[in-house]
Amino acid sequence: MTVETTEIKPLSIDDIRASIESGTSRATAIAESYFEQIQSRDPQIHSYLSVNRERAFERAARIDDLAAKGEPLPVLAGVPVGIKDVLTIEGLQATAGSRILEGYRAPYTATSVQKLEAAGAITLGKLNCDEFAMGSSNENSAYGAVHNPHALDRVPGGSSGGSAAAVAGGMAVATLGTDTGGSIRQPASFCGVVGILPTYGRVSRYGLIAFASSLDRVGPFTANVKDAATVLGVIAGHDPMDATSSPLPVPDYTADLDKGVSGLRLGVPAEYFAEGLDAEVRAAIERSIDQLRAAGAIIKPISLPHTRYAVPTYYLIATAEASANLARFDGVRYGFRAKDANTLSAMYRKSRDLGFGAEVKRRIMLGTYALSAGYYDAYYKKAQQVRRLLTDDFLKAFAEVDAILTPTAPTPAFKLGEKSDDPLSMYLADIYTVTASLAGICGLSVPCGQSAEGLPIGLQVLGKHFDEAMILRVAQAVERLN
Amino acid sequence: MATTASLSPEVLAKYEPVIGLEVHVQLLTNTKAFCGCSNQFGAPPNTHVCPVCLGLPGALPVLNERAVEFATLAALAINCEVRERSIFARKNYFYPDLPKGYQISQFDKPLAKNGWIEVPTPEGTKRIGITRLHMEEDAGKSIHDGFADSATRTYVDLNRCGTPLIEIVSEPDIRTPEEAYEYLTRLKEILLYTAVSDCNMEEGSLRCDANVSVRPRGQEKFGTKAEVKNVNSFRFIRSALEYEIERQIEVIESGGRVIQETRLWNAHEGRTYSMRSKEQAHDYRYFPEPDLPPLIVTAERRAEIAKQMPELPEARRARMVAEYEISEQDAQTLTATQAFADQFEAAAKAAKSPKRVANLVQSELTSRLKLKGLELEESPITMKGIAFAADLAEEGKLSSKQLKQLFDAAFENGEDFAIVYEREKPQQITDPAAIEKMIDEIIAANPKQVEQYRGGKKTVAAFFVGQVMKLSKGQANPALLNELVTKKLDS
Repeated sequence: MTVETTEIKPLSIDDIRASIESGTSRATAIAESYFEQIQSRDPQIHSYLSVNRERAFERAARIDDLAAKGEPLPVLAGVPVGIKDVLTIEGLQATAGSRILEGYRAPYTATSVQKLEAAGAITLGKLNCDEFAMGSSNENSAYGAVHNPHALDRVPGGSSGGSAAAVAGGMAVATLGTDTGGSIRQPASFCGVVGILPTYGRVSRYGLIAFASSLDRVGPFTANVKDAATVLGVIAGHDPMDATSSPLPVPDYTADLDKGVSGLRLGVPAEYFAEGLDAEVRAAIERSIDQLRAAGAIIKPISLPHTRYAVPTYYLIATAEASANLARFDGVRYGFRAKDANTLSAMYRKSRDLGFGAEVKRRIMLGTYALSAGYYDAYYKKAQQVRRLLTDDFLKAFAEVDAILTPTAPTPAFKLGEKSDDPLSMYLADIYTVTASLAGICGLSVPCGQSAEGLPIGLQVLGKHFDEAMILRVAQAVERLN
Repeated sequence: MATTASLSPEVLAKYEPVIGLEVHVQLLTNTKAFCGCSNQFGAPPNTHVCPVCLGLPGALPVLNERAVEFATLAALAINCEVRERSIFARKNYFYPDLPKGYQISQFDKPLAKNGWIEVPTPEGTKRIGITRLHMEEDAGKSIHDGFADSATRTYVDLNRCGTPLIEIVSEPDIRTPEEAYEYLTRLKEILLYTAVSDCNMEEGSLRCDANVSVRPRGQEKFGTKAEVKNVNSFRFIRSALEYEIERQIEVIESGGRVIQETRLWNAHEGRTYSMRSKEQAHDYRYFPEPDLPPLIVTAERRAEIAKQMPELPEARRARMVAEYEISEQDAQTLTATQAFADQFEAAAKAAKSPKRVANLVQSELTSRLKLKGLELEESPITMKGIAFAADLAEEGKLSSKQLKQLFDAAFENGEDFAIVYEREKPQQITDPAAIEKMIDEIIAANPKQVEQYRGGKKTVAAFFVGQVMKLSKGQANPALLNELVTKKLDS
């Protein structure tokens, strides 16, 4: 078994299925090796909040049974996956990284997880994240920070820090994360893995503990582009339980992966290469762009003029929606309830005061303020108008280009504690990612180089609504050329 | 404290009340507004619930299209314009029976607006404007009493949570408590006819809040209003409004100012209590519900829904007056519920004289029902029975006295008319010789009346008919008796 452990680590989704199909390995053995990896590696990284061996082995055994009978295996057969702890799984804890949900067990499974498991994936456990997905460093988890596998004194990014670190640390082949303003792409960039932000409506949000409903998306992390395309194909699609999910058919995202970039028009927006961009990141991105040009892509300078309004717009809309979404955590029905409260309002106040962390409370207050009588028009309504302008920027750009290339984050992974006392500088870590979130378009982060210290750097590829196939094709080229 | 006794009619008459009503109506859909849970009333607490209506983390609402249909039908029935694109909004407030911490409602873009209904007033028919009709979900129920530990605990039942509601907001067009009562009555009747709700106030499927202000007669500007909540019975709507109107007048008369506030009607004490002032009022922080796309009701769909529109009560009454030659009053009684009106029409159409069916309902049925405290639906005599009785009377096979006796017997035994009739088979004297013998007896005993008749006062014949009927103990065949009395007197 230990022999298998070292053997399977670099395996892709296809390798895993093929090895089970051919009988060279078994799903239970693969799961065991990943649990061993978690046991040895995660004490330093802290990407998992809980693991569920029994449940995993039971499901892996079913895959092995199928294989033993020579029956066809589903696309993710035996693939060990981890799930960000903002997605629900029936019977398992769902903390959302918050103390207020301590001990809460979900009575139903999120659609995206259900699809993943129906395709044969083996869920190993629930992954650490910033509390209610609010943060860019994973330091806002009530259960402790996650460490970057590439440099343990650095953050993995956030809010899906656990999801990115688990893949980077070889503790899962694929993970699910969520992205509201950059929470998949930025940690993917920091941890040197692939992370996809699907188009809004492409993947069901049912079972995703909401942060900002009009921005929240579920997407995969993997070690390579092809695996990301495969997982996306599994979790995408219409869900009658999510009124905002799209009825558009799901294409085969792996079909066009290897078509190359020759003749593709790739836009490079000037606004994303301005002040604040780390020199090493700039160099890595520019090198990647040069490689794409050399591979036949037509690189076009473009402008997305409203970009500078994106961060404030994002923080108005996201916090406003969060203030309502988090109202249900009141200590009445489930989760944490403060003990020494004598009146209803004291119970609400104390439960929420003790149950929520500082960043969550800050955002609830910001959002409550933005929606208050007399301020709504100046803040929330105005933000919605600017959101429209930002979206129009992209729609105009996509009339001329097939995809857009930008840095994913202005810097490589920063050090733990470096920004935790400065929320504003933390918010600026999202400067390149919040735009696609607001516009509802798809995007991804693909590794494109390293800093001198060996820290990963990610290239962000943005695409039209529902044009995931295009950005995956570009990302595949980046991966090949890197 | 205001008391009803302290104000003279003269003082009251100086002021004009201005009333607007907000009516919440539960829709009779099989399932809830945003999930698949049963919408049935009366299940054990917290059994009709799921992750969505419990507001569990991660659950999302999906709109019940049937609820949209019902709401649209109701909107069209009260003459509203239905918006092609309306928007759901979150209304934010904390309460234990509101599990999401917000209610999904509609705010600045409701489903429908600018409607009206007509109500009868002493001055004739009056049109009351309807500002808007919007869709929303109901909250759960907090139960503060009835448990052994109710002194220290409140229980929550979330079965009602997510029940589809429509809220119908009237213009401030109502001027008297009586008009408010009529408005509610008419509105309820229309909604019952469209079958979108059972409008059962006791079970809370129709609930009413009232915005009340008073102003000196002749003044254009509205006075400061108070919102009176919890007026949840037709019995109390008038008294609650009367109380509140007089309270406000007394405040003004004693030199004070009415403050904008929410007041709660307490039916046991017959008064309203201040609940919260404007300063304490909630800021609901409405914003568009991001979990639900805009609600689109296309012109085609609206037309499709309009096809389901039944004949509404007002139109039906007009038609019945014309068709059955009955009075407006009879039509009113007969259309009290749609089912009853349907039964009546079926019976009337099958009977020899629809008018006689209507008359029997009015003269024999309603008073007996009232006496027994029964609703029309609970009558032992069905409309079929009434039609049967009407035909017997029309054919002269039953005297009115016999008819009354049979009605009495039916009510006493809780049986339908035909059953009682078949059993009792009232003896009718149809032998002309026997009737003639009785007529002779009466004629002999009343020479004075005979003289009057023969002197040209033909109406005296009725006296003889009556006397003979009495003598026959009501058993003489009325048609034959009439004929023979005239014959005898004329001979």
